[in-house]
Amino acid sequence: MEARPGPSAAVTALRGVLPFLVGAFASLLLHFVVAPASGPFATKLVMDAGINVILAVSLNLVNGFTGQFSIGHAGFMAVGGYTAGLVTYYGSMLLWGSPAAHGGFLGGGELLFLAACLAGAAVAALAGLLVGLPSLRLRGDYLAIVTLGFGEILRVLLQRTGDVLPTAAEVRRTPLPELATHVGGALGFTGIPFYTSPFWVGIFVTVMLVVAYRLKSGSHGRSFLAIREDEVAAEAMGIPTTRVKVTAFVLSALFAGLAGGLFAHLVGTTLNPRELGFQKSFDVVIMVVLGGMGSISGAAIAAVILTLLPELLRSFSEYRMILYAALLVVVMIVRPQGLLGLGEIWDVWRPRRKGTGR
Amino acid sequence: MTKLLQTAMDAVAVGSLYALIALGYTMVYGVLKFINFAHSDIFVLGAWSSFAMAAALGWTKAGATPPLLGGFAILLASMAFCAAAGIAIERFAYRPLRGAPRLNVLITAIGVSLLLQNVGQLPFVFGTQPQRMPQLLPDRVLASVAGVDLRLVDLIGAGTAVALMLGLEALVFRTKLGRAMRAVSWDVKTAALMGIPVDRVVAFTFGLGSALAAAAGLLYAMKYPGLNQPAHATWVLLGLKAFVAAVVGGIGNIRGAMLGGLLIGAVELFGAAYFSPHLRDLYVFTLLILVLLYRPAGLLGRAAVEKV
Repeated sequence: MEARPGPSAAVTALRGVLPFLVGAFASLLLHFVVAPASGPFATKLVMDAGINVILAVSLNLVNGFTGQFSIGHAGFMAVGGYTAGLVTYYGSMLLWGSPAAHGGFLGGGELLFLAACLAGAAVAALAGLLVGLPSLRLRGDYLAIVTLGFGEILRVLLQRTGDVLPTAAEVRRTPLPELATHVGGALGFTGIPFYTSPFWVGIFVTVMLVVAYRLKSGSHGRSFLAIREDEVAAEAMGIPTTRVKVTAFVLSALFAGLAGGLFAHLVGTTLNPRELGFQKSFDVVIMVVLGGMGSISGAAIAAVILTLLPELLRSFSEYRMILYAALLVVVMIVRPQGLLGLGEIWDVWRPRRKGTGR
Repeated sequence: MTKLLQTAMDAVAVGSLYALIALGYTMVYGVLKFINFAHSDIFVLGAWSSFAMAAALGWTKAGATPPLLGGFAILLASMAFCAAAGIAIERFAYRPLRGAPRLNVLITAIGVSLLLQNVGQLPFVFGTQPQRMPQLLPDRVLASVAGVDLRLVDLIGAGTAVALMLGLEALVFRTKLGRAMRAVSWDVKTAALMGIPVDRVVAFTFGLGSALAAAAGLLYAMKYPGLNQPAHATWVLLGLKAFVAAVVGGIGNIRGAMLGGLLIGAVELFGAAYFSPHLRDLYVFTLLILVLLYRPAGLLGRAAVEKV
């Protein structure tokens, strides 16, 4: 019997790159065609939605895929956002003498911004490791408390930071560790240059979605799902449960940090400790739960809808959270796996395979 | 010396309130094995509902002096109100999920907590304005030792807390109902087979825990009369710290919750007095992480073996 020839190496490579090409093209289109045509308000909404998509899908890696429960996602977002803000704010001061945005599209300023976002993601991942290692050895509900506690500790510490930001001349004389403690205190870190653009949001959303999708269909993601279904059975099958849980947690924190970086450089938002408290974490949890625990497209769609909904319901803003909270309870009682469950939106039109149709 | 005594007294006063709230967490965890996130909101409801009652009686006006037993009447009324609220929450939000995965129950609890917080903030409920709690309980300086005032209100607060805890201890370990609670906590299925009305015992547990939280709410507002809006970080954090107390003491263990509450109160207030007052939350959560690392079952808890 002759083995059927697999796809050639070139086709495989193309298939790997294709989502990124599509994503990059869509981001460019969004940046240069759609955004200028639809005005600053709509553009801001699109960027908000994109950041929330990254947050929801990344939290879904822990809460949906792995079945653990973290409610401190805003904490990692804050770690990433503050780190990125520090890098661009003081970096631009050192390089160009002023924190204002520098250079055009893909210019020096934007490259610094990219580096800052990656640094933010790395530090957030490290924070994820520090929080995850002790708490993930325990059962899921302890993790919820520890992550919430971590978010609160972070908020307290951030509020205690220096609120007087040094001037450009002082920055050159101040040692780096001391600069890191001057991030605006309780009032917020103002003056971070606005680098976040539809292009960058689009690129990072693409990376998030591709990583999540690849993970879900690959063996690493399968071990996440195995832990979600039955931790004891997963351990019995030889999955190092603690290590896999920590991996999921660190990955999730990394992308939350990235989203934080985008958030820090967004027009019209200030990076302040109150904004990134548990209320923000709960918002993300609601997106994940409503969209479907374990569904990438579900979480993304829920993130977009829940970003746009408040704009439509502006006159009912007092009732917005009441509606969300009631929805959360009702969904848990009526449809405990969330709207899409583990499935994806494209599965709706496809005949379900046995065993995955949850 | 003055500082030491003062801190010790505050630590006992605040710690016994943490213990009261922690008891509700620990009892619910004991019977249903889940963290009732909405419990801290019941505590807030206790403070706000007693404020609302005092306002309805006209005791919040300047110069108004509530009658001597008025404060205790309000205490009992708000305990009854919150017990009813707790039972209703259990009936409509948690009972439909009996037997569902723990995560779903946890999410529901968060949903209920958000619901309570945001309903409480509606303008026609409690609003978003901070309020000042009237002095409902008699207060005067009883004695001054080494410059430290022993205040009646602290004494009543701690005394009520201790009396409630002793009552609970007697209820759980000396009565038939308490035995039923312990049986349900040990094994729900077997308890049901032995003819224990599980639903009724669970509802009673919720009511009891909520009543204790309501008492803590009123007593806390007596000590610190500034009432923040229901979703204010201060309240949420207080509830969380009480939960930490329950975990530190050993969740599911009633005496552990009392010990944990006092311990958390001590760590927080001594830390605030002798290191930095701004980092008090840090001490509590650091203690939590240390306990989880080295004694995951808590100080008095027994390690649970997960059965397949």
